Amino acid sequence: MSHISPKSTYYTIFGLLMMLTALTVFAAFHHLGVFNFPVALGIAVTKATLVILFFMHAKYSSRLTKLFVGMSFFFLLVLFSLTLTDYLSRGLKTYPGGAGGAGYAPKKAAAPHEPAAEGDNEAR
Amino acid sequence: MWLFLVTEVLFFGGLFMCYLLYRVWYHDAWAEGSRELDIRLGGFNTVVLIGSSLTMALAVRAAQTGKQRAIVGWLLGTMALGLTFLVVKFFEYREKFEVGHVPGYNFHVDPAHAGIAGPMEIFFSLYFTMTGLHALHMVIGFGILSVICWMAYRGRFSPQWYTPVEMSGLYWHFVDIVWIFLFPLLYLVDRTGQ
Repeated sequence: MSHISPKSTYYTIFGLLMMLTALTVFAAFHHLGVFNFPVALGIAVTKATLVILFFMHAKYSSRLTKLFVGMSFFFLLVLFSLTLTDYLSRGLKTYPGGAGGAGYAPKKAAAPHEPAAEGDNEAR
Repeated sequence: MWLFLVTEVLFFGGLFMCYLLYRVWYHDAWAEGSRELDIRLGGFNTVVLIGSSLTMALAVRAAQTGKQRAIVGWLLGTMALGLTFLVVKFFEYREKFEVGHVPGYNFHVDPAHAGIAGPMEIFFSLYFTMTGLHALHMVIGFGILSVICWMAYRGRFSPQWYTPVEMSGLYWHFVDIVWIFLFPLLYLVDRTGQ
């Protein structure tokens, strides 16, 4: 538990975090199409990982601690992916080509918030 | 401590989920909303907060090596940076009150965006909920650090026992991580317009 990192490690990590912050601001002002969001998120994840590994000493911690760190993000991913598989796939059957952002095509797809897919099946 | 942080991850995770879902639904309003936020203040606060994480990490290191005076110094530095963050946040909030971007009775947006005023109100609701809860965590962290600072001043810690310093450090870094995600998601995303 008592791993002592040299001060230079902390300054290096701080420098990296600053560079990534500058990079994410820089990227935000450039039109990257659909990649703007993944790039911003990717940089944020990288920064968080650096903080967890070095500032929070997760790199030098016991396996149990590492398990808990991993677990929290695993369940976060479960929360995101399960919710989005539901919402993003709504209207896929009733609206040819998919509804895009489900719920945000109210003019074409009738009431996409409703579980329309099931009603559609019965009608056929 | 890590177990507590797991619960915190999922607590903020719920809010991020909410953000993500509404962003998918109301993409235009999200873009407009994020353009209304002041990127300079947000960026400045990001630097301040990451800096405070650095001083916090150095405080824990000072505790590990048994340098009592250094612990107090680094902790005071951390608290000063934390306070700077909160003061900037206060001015940001005040500006939002002045232009009427606070959700509620007096909420109004630029007439050009009247069509998406409703979703934009949701954006600002989430903005205030997420940054507000984050600021609350910082206020609590500030309180914890004051106690730790006092304990360090009284020479309570040694290289054999500095658990409170380490635990409060973990908490502080966690709050920093939340902001690392909040900053790009609220301030940066969709700047260019799509």
